[in-house]
Amino acid sequence: MATYNKHILVCGGSCCTSGNSAQIADNFKSTLAEKNLSNDVQVIQTGCFGLCDQGPVVKIMPDNTIYTHVKPNDVRRIVEEHIEGGKKVEDLLYVNPITGERVEDNKEPNKFHKKQIRIALRNCGVIDPENIKDYIAHDGYMALAKCLTEYTPEQVIEVVSASGLSGRGGAGFPTGKKWASSARAKADQKYVVCNADEGDPGAFMDRSILEGDPNSVLEAMAICGYAIGADKGLIYIRAEYPLAIERLKIAISQAEEMGLLGDNIMNSGFNFHIELRYGAGAFVCGEATALIHSMEGKRGEPTFKPPRTSEKGYNLKPTNVNNVETYANVPIIITKGAEWFSSIGTANSKGTKVFALAGKVNNVGLIEVPMGTTLREIIYEIGGGIKDNKKFKAVQTGGPSGGCLTERHLDIPIDYKSLTQAGSMMGSGGMVIMDESSCMVSIAKFYLDFTVPESCGKCTPCRIGNKRLYEMLDKITKGNGTMEDLEHLRNLSVVIKDTALCGLGQSSPNPILSTLDNFWDEYVEHVQDKKCRAGACKDLVQYEINPAVCVGCTACSRNCPVEAIKGELKKPHQIDNSICIKCGTCITKCKFNAIRIK
Amino acid sequence: MRKVQSLADLQSLRDEFRAEFCPADVKKVQVKIAMATCGIAAGAKQVMNHMVEKSKELGLDIDFTQAGCMGYCYAEPTLEVSVPGRESVVFGYVDETRADEILTKYIQNNELVEGIIPVNYETTD
Ligand SMILES: Cc1cc2nc3c(=O)[nH]c(=O)nc-3n(C[C@H](O)[C@H](O)[C@H](O)COP(=O)(O)O)c2cc1C
Repeated sequence: MATYNKHILVCGGSCCTSGNSAQIADNFKSTLAEKNLSNDVQVIQTGCFGLCDQGPVVKIMPDNTIYTHVKPNDVRRIVEEHIEGGKKVEDLLYVNPITGERVEDNKEPNKFHKKQIRIALRNCGVIDPENIKDYIAHDGYMALAKCLTEYTPEQVIEVVSASGLSGRGGAGFPTGKKWASSARAKADQKYVVCNADEGDPGAFMDRSILEGDPNSVLEAMAICGYAIGADKGLIYIRAEYPLAIERLKIAISQAEEMGLLGDNIMNSGFNFHIELRYGAGAFVCGEATALIHSMEGKRGEPTFKPPRTSEKGYNLKPTNVNNVETYANVPIIITKGAEWFSSIGTANSKGTKVFALAGKVNNVGLIEVPMGTTLREIIYEIGGGIKDNKKFKAVQTGGPSGGCLTERHLDIPIDYKSLTQAGSMMGSGGMVIMDESSCMVSIAKFYLDFTVPESCGKCTPCRIGNKRLYEMLDKITKGNGTMEDLEHLRNLSVVIKDTALCGLGQSSPNPILSTLDNFWDEYVEHVQDKKCRAGACKDLVQYEINPAVCVGCTACSRNCPVEAIKGELKKPHQIDNSICIKCGTCITKCKFNAIRIK
Repeated sequence: MRKVQSLADLQSLRDEFRAEFCPADVKKVQVKIAMATCGIAAGAKQVMNHMVEKSKELGLDIDFTQAGCMGYCYAEPTLEVSVPGRESVVFGYVDETRADEILTKYIQNNELVEGIIPVNYETTD
């Protein structure tokens, strides 16, 4: 059996593959074989290196070497000079983009300039979330200890303010400012609340943080308690997150056992206790006032602001509500300093944002990028491009409160301001990539279909208005819409936004408005031409069998649930579109690609 | 567990735990499995149980630990293998067959197997 002493890793991500990385791997194998080195050096293709703009990428282990822009005919040089001669091929070495120098020996292999920086997720996938010792080994609770011994509460708030951290739950409110207002409020009892409701469909950033690094959130809540003068913390978490709940419980009890939560923490005289509160999964209960009412045992309905929760919140006491990811950033801001944090990001948005990258990209995943990263970098470099080489059509951010952006928005650096200006919003971090097979009217309808039943019903614009919006969209997707409907759609959307009581109704028309703005032609096609270019609206499409391709195998007619397909064996079949329900079964069953959507 | 008394006390505990959890020179093979809900749903727990059994059979002394999400949803279950003296490697799409290969080929013989995911992010420490 071979005992390899070197490995050649060739990137097999989609960008490098289109740069001929398979050929590169083959050339390595044949060149090594020719030199009788096949038993010493192993060649293997890997997943994406995340250095797509510099591909194809080749890495040599254990020599800490990364070669970029490698071409198939560079292989011989690498083998002869590096593998055989022990001298690295200078002109192919990775260039550090900051210093501009070629990096000969990358002692810290994970310190390449990468598109992603993990700050909020720093411990996720690194430590054992069920063992507080592992967290402490990674500087856990040092930030709290530092605050309790070296900082006054005012100084803690100064650091958080100076860092530029803003709320990751959706609205992007400056965190330091929120803490300062909770600190100013005078009361015999204050509360620190963590919003772990995470109701956006498709979002799982907060769950991942709680499951991977629960202690960082506990530590941050205690820091917040010290800063604002609260000794009680509450985590509002949806009951559908059993593993996150279990790990939080373990973390709380371990932290209490070690005196890192509880009374007189580290002999400082500061007390802080954390309890869990469970939500039943209503989207509106993620809204801060509704969340508080739900915790109080009342109906999960929002109330008018002001008063802000920082003045009158849980049990009418000053309550600081922050999102999970917001808290997860706090300990490291304290240990590394406000300046460090504010050096990352853009002029108006600091730090990083975690996104749940989903939809039609090759590498769906949980990602964390510095503010200012472009959508193009996220989709094509981190996400590895659109699946099946299809064409990009839209990216949805901000979930049911956000909007759909298009090709022409791909190069805007994402931050709170730019996304809002473009007609979407940062939101809590859901990011869904769509290709040409998505119908934008149907997408808008999908989000309204979500919001209509999630409206708590307290205010009329949201309760009734959203329903009317949904009905109009439904009418359009069925081919019965008029140009007047499009006008109504816009007007009503604006009215709901202006008049709804809480953020739910104030943002629920966004998916409609953004698609009207960015995909107007598609709406018009549905209305005037009764056509859905994506082929997604069943009432607007016809199925057709191409007689030149159909061999009459009968697979379609045998599987059609409504017997809409007729034909003789070995002769082209026909579909009766008056019976066809457009379920798509025939398309999946046809081995000859003979069935088309028109 | 005893209660932490002060910042200095926490610092000394940190150094003690560091030696235990992230020592400068690792002497034992470590396998860290991403076990967030999604990893578990994709079969991470079975894979870990299988690997624990199999490594006993093979007489391999390995530290298995669970961790949270590593971010590679498209390639779950994922795990990271650190062998003393080698750079650690993340493997994705790990089913029982690949888990066996990781043990017998990679850990025992330093032969890499399919499914390598190059770490594509920086982490602040
Ligand atoms: C309908 C609706 C749902 C919301 N859901 C959440 C949620 O699931 N998680 C969250 O952190 N914030 C959610 N928010 C935002 C909260 O109201 C609040 O702004 C946030 O928790 C404040 O924390 P931050 O400043 O750290 O972002 C929601 C808002 C609305 C209007």
